[in-house]
Formats: sequence, C-alpha cells, structure tokens
Amino acid sequence: MGSLVLSDVHKSFGAVDVLKGIDLEVSDGEFVIFVGPSGCGKSTLLRVIAGLEDATNGTVNIDGEVVNQTPPSDRGIAMVFQTYALYPHLTVKDNMGLGLKQAKHAKTEIAKRVDVASKMLSLDPLLERRPAELSGGQRQRVAIGRAIVRKPELFLFDEPLSNLDAALRVNTRLEIARLHRELGATMVYVTHDQTEAMTLADKIVILNDGKVEQVGSPMELYHNPTNRFVAGFIGSPQMNFIDAANLGKTDCKTIGIRPEHISLDLKKGEIEGIVSHIEKLGGDTNVYLNCGDIGLLSVRLFGDHDYAIDAKAFATMAADSVFKFDGDGNRVQVA
Amino acid sequence: MQSARSSVGRSIAAHAILITYTIIALFPVIVIIMNSFKTRKAIFREPLSLPHSESFSLEGYQTVLTQGDFFLYFQNSLIVTLASLFCVLLFGAMAAFALAEYRFKGNTLMGLYLALGIMIPIRLGTVAILQLMVASGLVNTRTALVLVYTAQGLPLAVFILSEFMRQVSDDLKNAGRIDGLSEYRIFFRLVLPLVRPAMATVAVFTLIPIWNDLWFPLILAPAEETKTLTLGSQVFIGQFVTNWNAVLASLSLAILPALILYLIFSRQLIRGITAGAVK
Ligand SMILES: Nc1ncnc2c1ncn2[C@@H]1O[C@H](COP(=O)(O)OP(=O)(O)OP(=O)(O)O)[C@@H](O)[C@H]1O
Ligand SMILES: [Mg+2]
Repeated sequence: MGSLVLSDVHKSFGAVDVLKGIDLEVSDGEFVIFVGPSGCGKSTLLRVIAGLEDATNGTVNIDGEVVNQTPPSDRGIAMVFQTYALYPHLTVKDNMGLGLKQAKHAKTEIAKRVDVASKMLSLDPLLERRPAELSGGQRQRVAIGRAIVRKPELFLFDEPLSNLDAALRVNTRLEIARLHRELGATMVYVTHDQTEAMTLADKIVILNDGKVEQVGSPMELYHNPTNRFVAGFIGSPQMNFIDAANLGKTDCKTIGIRPEHISLDLKKGEIEGIVSHIEKLGGDTNVYLNCGDIGLLSVRLFGDHDYAIDAKAFATMAADSVFKFDGDGNRVQVA
Repeated sequence: MQSARSSVGRSIAAHAILITYTIIALFPVIVIIMNSFKTRKAIFREPLSLPHSESFSLEGYQTVLTQGDFFLYFQNSLIVTLASLFCVLLFGAMAAFALAEYRFKGNTLMGLYLALGIMIPIRLGTVAILQLMVASGLVNTRTALVLVYTAQGLPLAVFILSEFMRQVSDDLKNAGRIDGLSEYRIFFRLVLPLVRPAMATVAVFTLIPIWNDLWFPLILAPAEETKTLTLGSQVFIGQFVTNWNAVLASLSLAILPALILYLIFSRQLIRGITAGAVK
C-alpha cells in the first residue's frame, strides 16, 4: 500500500550537489527515520519524496508507481513540518479539511474525517480556533491532524518535535508511535534527536553529506556499525575513538569503544588516566578521564558514583565490545 | 533613581525633537488650509493668522467649484490613481512572488532588471513615451496615465515585495502544495495576506507621487475631459495674475483624498516599516 523505493536519487542546487545517489527501500507500514548531521540533505530528500523538489536524477517510486512527474497532492502523501505551517486565516477545522475540500470530497465525508482525527488527537475543544490562538504543542497536533485526515499511504515528518519543549516532546513522541500502530501507514521521519530515532524507528537511515552511510534497525546500528561515522553518530555520549598505535595494536588504525563498555578502577586496569570532569545524571554517571597520549576517554557508569577530580583512575575496556576501524574509517570485521 | 531621571530627560528630548519635526512638516499644510479660507487681501497682509470674522471668505472654494470642472478633474485623478495603484500592487506582487519563489535561469538578472527603474527616472523617457502613446492612439486618455504610472511604480514594488515574500515560510507554501492548492491560490490566499504590511508600504509610496504628478497629465492628457486635479488647478496660476484663493482652495481639497488613503494604509504601514526590526 505505502511502499517507497528510491533509486539513485540525485539533487543539485546549481553547482552544489546535495544528494549524491540515494538508494532506499521502505516497505509498507514501516517507520523509517532519517538522521544525520545538519545540512546533510535530510529535508531535501524528504522534499524530493514529497514532490516539492524535483530530483535532478533518479526515480522516486511510491506504492509501485514512479511518481517523479506526479504533483505532491496526488502522491498519496501527507507532510508535517517543523514550523507547523498551519494556514493562519483558517480555523483548526478548516485547516484540517482544506486538503479534502481541494480534492472535492463531499462535505459530510470531510466532517466525518475531521471528526475522527480530532477525536484521535483530542482536538475537539479547539476546532473553532485559529492557529494564532493555540500553543505550540496544540499547533503541532493540528498539523498532525491535518496529515491524518488525508488518509495518506505515506506520512512524511520533518523534525516535527524540535520546536516543542522537552516534556511535550515526549508526549507527542508517544502520540506519534500510537498513531503509527493504529493507522498502520508508512512513516518517514527526519530528526536530529537520537532518542526519537532509537525509540520510534523500525529502521534508521543514517545520512552523511548526501549519501546513505548505513541502514538498519536501531539495535543493528548500535551493535554493528559498518563504519566509524555511524559508530560515532549513534550512542550518547559518543563512542571513544583511540589511535590504535597508542594502545600498541597494529591490526587496525582506530579503536572504538562505547563509554558504557568501559569500567573504572582506582587501583589497576588497562589505561591509566586522571579524572578531569564528572557528570552526575542520577541514573548514570559520566566520568571524563584524561589519559595522556590516548586523549580524553568518556566513561559511562551505571548508578551514582563519586570520583575526586584529579584523582588517578584506571580504565578497562570490555574486550568483546571493542570496534576496530581501518584507515578509511571502515569497520575491520573480526572473523 | 538615576536611570528613572535620565529616561525622563531622554523622553522629553525625544518628544521635543518629534514635536519640532511634526510642526515643520505640518506647517505648510496648515498655512495652505488656513489661507484657503481667507480673503485675498488677508492672505497677503497677515498670512500666518487664523481666519477671523473680517478675513473669512469662501471665495476660493466658490471659484474652484464653479469655474472649470472641478469634480471631473477630481474624478479623473481618483480613477487614475486607484487604477495605477491596483495595477502596481497586483503585477508587482505577482512578479515579486515569481522572483522570490521560483528558481529559473536568469532569476537574479531579471530581478536586477526589474529594479533598474528605481534608479532611472521615468521622465527621461518622456519623448519616447509620448511617441508611443501617439502611435497607439492613447493620447488624452486616462489609460495612458495609468500605463505610465504602473510602469513608474513597478520597480520599487517588485523590489520591496520580493524581499518580503522571501521571508514567508516555505513550509506554509509547501503545505498548501501538498493540500493541492494551485500556485494562484497559494499566492492570493496564503502569501498576500502575510505581506499585507509591505503592500501598504508600497501603496503609500506609489500613491503620493501619482496623485501629485503634474508632468505626465500635462504632456499625455491635457484635454479638458482627462485633466487631473493637479493639472486642473494650474488654470488659476497665470503668468501675470494668480488667483491665490482658488489655488489654495483646490490644493486643500486635493490633500483630502491622499490623506484619507494614507490613513487607511498607515496602520499597516507602521507594521511594515518596523517588521523585521524587532523579532
Ligand atoms: N534551495 C536551496 N538552494 C541551494 N541550496 C540549498 C537549498 N536548499 C537546501 N540547500 C542546501 O542543501 C544542503 C542540505 O539542506 P537540508 O535542508 O536538506 O539539510 P538538513 O539535513 O535537513 O539539515 P538540518 O538538519 O539542519 O535541517 C544544505 O547545505 C543547504 O545549504
Ligand atoms: Mg532539515
């Protein structure tokens, strides 16, 4: 119903190549999340899928049909924008109904669909208000409602939560997860936020500089990154990268170890260092260890720990959680 | 205390400057209106005094309303101004939207070309314009004036409006496209209402020179039935004798409509000028 296939999608603005050959398959009902550093082309890719930008090269295939020439409104998609983008002159109800009205649906049908969506998102008390009279969270719910009434096969979200405060973000995130379960539609979602990506996605697509770095389930990416970029991008605090030469190893260029896979001891261990900073988050404690040539190591300990600043400590890496990368940043697979 | 006192001082200074400026700006207008209600003698004897029982006279207004076809001139001015204003705003906004919204070859060049008119006074082309109007049989029509004024107003309109249109959220326009709105509906229903302050700014800047213009009516449409108000008032200014009562009365009447239109737009105007300054 709502499958999406991108093959070799390129997009250039003048001389600037923003997308450099994206291949991707999304099956029906999947929740796919695009993550990547700012400016890597996530929004551009989403706009190409929506038909708001033409691909310079390559094809976009929605539901088994090549839609490169199809206008956005006929692609069976709906999009939710970071800035909500509600029509300022229309009430909430008319905002949600406008798309259907344009598509010449019957009034009763429109009313019914708006009603269903508004029940789903508890928008009933707000239906007669204009966007200016709503809070940020309410506006984003209306924007999501506007997407739902179109009954799209494919939802596109461009950082829908990034303008909301932390508490509201969690609520709306849960709401979107619930919608995905209830509607069963395919969703493509762009975010900066790792937690959003890890918690919502069936499949994460990591983009960097207009190319796909890796595609996989959240756990696959966490446990089995294929290159240094992905390893560094997923996980917080970031993975530690250590020059292999400094550890006396020769089978690779760089060694990667996640902060949660290092243990600390005051008396003995692999690497000696000085505690330079400590962050207590209640549930976890992040310790930053200055290890001379090796550099700064971040260590994530479970629970509440106390280390004096400038105290000497020894770090030990869990051997089976060490990643090895070659000079090009690709993972060296241990046989 | 310190800051409170200095802010009082500052606000007095600010008010003093603004009041001075207001007086300077309003002085000629007030003198014109005051003197339009005086006898001819009183105008010259005591030009700065208010009209009183002795000096009060409506002879200027009587002359204006009886001699020449004042209402026709007035109507001509109004029609020409409003029609030009409409064309400038409509076409200016559409061109600005295209320049701001669509990427096409030569976009920047086209923008510069359209803005060129701001720097080159249209009067330099008077001879050519006159030839053109003669050739197309438009001399002594209001259409000729509307066309020329539209051309005169467009560069500034395109320049200002395209800047404002660039600031309208892309997401909003894109949301409209996904909902299946045509480009025209996106332009008229979504974008235009959001740039209304800028439109008002452009309207005022376009309106006033057109209303006051003497040059083109004199050259392109001097016939009795197409005379504008400014041109019509000239009959009272002779080489040797000037009927000052009538001149002042017709000027006072001519200020009115411009004032009314200005007041209509000015609320929007203030928002337009300060938009972007604070945000
Ligand atoms: N209309 C445009 N003209 C020229 N360059 C553009 C245009 N739109 C985007 N770009 C460029 O394309 C690149 C990718 O932009 P895009 O908005 O897709 O990034 P993004 O991954 O969504 O970033 P962010 O996470 O900050 O939203 C950027 O370098 C941007 O400068
Ligand atoms: Mg983006």
